[in-house]
Amino acid sequence: MSDSTDEVRSYTVRLELVDEPGELLRALDPIANNGGNLLSIFHERGNVTPRGHIPVEVDLEATPERFDGIVDALRDAGINVIQAGAEQYSEALTIILTGHLVNTDLSDTLSRIHESTDATVTDLSLSAPEGTDDASSARIRLATEEGAVDETMSAIRAVADEKGLHVIEPLAAGGEA
Amino acid sequence: MRLAVIGAGAVGSSVVELASDHGHSVTAFADSSSAVIDSAGIDTAEALDRKRTDGVVGSDEPADALSADYDVLVEATPTTLGDAEPGFGHVQTALERDRHAVLANKGPVAERYADVRSLERESDGSVLFEATVGGAMPILSTINDFDPSHITAVRGVLNGTANFILSRMATEGLDYEHVLAEAQDLGVAEADPTFDVDGTDAALKGVIIANVLSGDETEYTLDDAVVEGIQDISGSALELARADGRTVRLIAEVVEGSVRVGPRLVPDNAPLAVSGTRNIAQLETEHAGQLNISGRGAGGPETASAVLADIGRL
Repeated sequence: MSDSTDEVRSYTVRLELVDEPGELLRALDPIANNGGNLLSIFHERGNVTPRGHIPVEVDLEATPERFDGIVDALRDAGINVIQAGAEQYSEALTIILTGHLVNTDLSDTLSRIHESTDATVTDLSLSAPEGTDDASSARIRLATEEGAVDETMSAIRAVADEKGLHVIEPLAAGGEA
Repeated sequence: MRLAVIGAGAVGSSVVELASDHGHSVTAFADSSSAVIDSAGIDTAEALDRKRTDGVVGSDEPADALSADYDVLVEATPTTLGDAEPGFGHVQTALERDRHAVLANKGPVAERYADVRSLERESDGSVLFEATVGGAMPILSTINDFDPSHITAVRGVLNGTANFILSRMATEGLDYEHVLAEAQDLGVAEADPTFDVDGTDAALKGVIIANVLSGDETEYTLDDAVVEGIQDISGSALELARADGRTVRLIAEVVEGSVRVGPRLVPDNAPLAVSGTRNIAQLETEHAGQLNISGRGAGGPETASAVLADIGRL
């Protein structure tokens, strides 16, 4: 297998942008200016991270050397680079949390899952038929790195245990049973 | 074969009723307080009739049934945990007399598997226990046919009561208490449904599967299983699952030496998302992909069919 430094490879960069006009363009400039070839941009506009940012996933081609330059340039420009590398967030994971979700600070729960595992919350549905002071349920979809599902699940279990929440886990990675 | 049937509940009674249809005779039949013994074959209709009307199967002593003339002892007394008595003692007596033992009682093979196997090694008799896992479904015999070393995981819905409750909750949008009461009215759940809804029953079956998969290398008991029940599942959780094309099932999972039972999210259209009281076991085979075995996991005639199939294998 050849691994020469001038071979063009594809990379996925995951960014979190502040929700302001011009931010996306500002993030793409350093990629184009440093010899990256943009393949696709997935702008999860309706999907805000626990910190209020908008996740953007950029697929690009570059040589390994240029890619390092791109990541440096992005960071220099103050862009929040969450994940940069050839590996993708390729496993989706759906769980249901039940219990006193609102009273135990749902947004803190989500932030902690995010912070301790590198998994990103891509979808959240909350159902609180008895009102937010009573037990409720949330369905949470996470994007996690390939092979990191077990790690993510144990982090979720730890947070849930601490807050007295109940986790309904998927049967297998990606919910494929 | 001449059968001694110990236990006169739904399963024991069905074995007695169906025995002649399978070419066997019953020489002894006992419940906890009475027995009927006849080396020429008991009158099964009369014994079952007496059980229904008088609550006893005959006028003999239950202990004498164990020493009666028989080729196969059918252990169909209620499952007990810990020392698994009196079921374990019944199996022991049969094996020490070089007779076969066929179990419907989960206790001895879930809690004292190594003891049962060691008694079997010293005996000319064999032990079979297909009826302990998944009622009529041939799960253990399929594992043995494939050879346990070629099965990498087993996942399944192994408790019909819990599955009935979860599927009713999901389709009708009703809460747990309501559906449990309905299940009790229908006779799907027992008056005390604890073992069904807290996962113990499914865990015992998972432990038995783990014992079969490990051969005689590692012994598993209920203490080795991680068990969670369905009592805390809310209607809103099921609704959220449904809106995403999924549902919640109480899944027993045996993989790489671990036994785990708990409510899990499964896709709505997955084979494991069986509905009502139906059971399913999904075997992950080394060379042949997934194999699904689905059917009735409980009930007198269903479980008796598995007992009689075991007797046919002896």
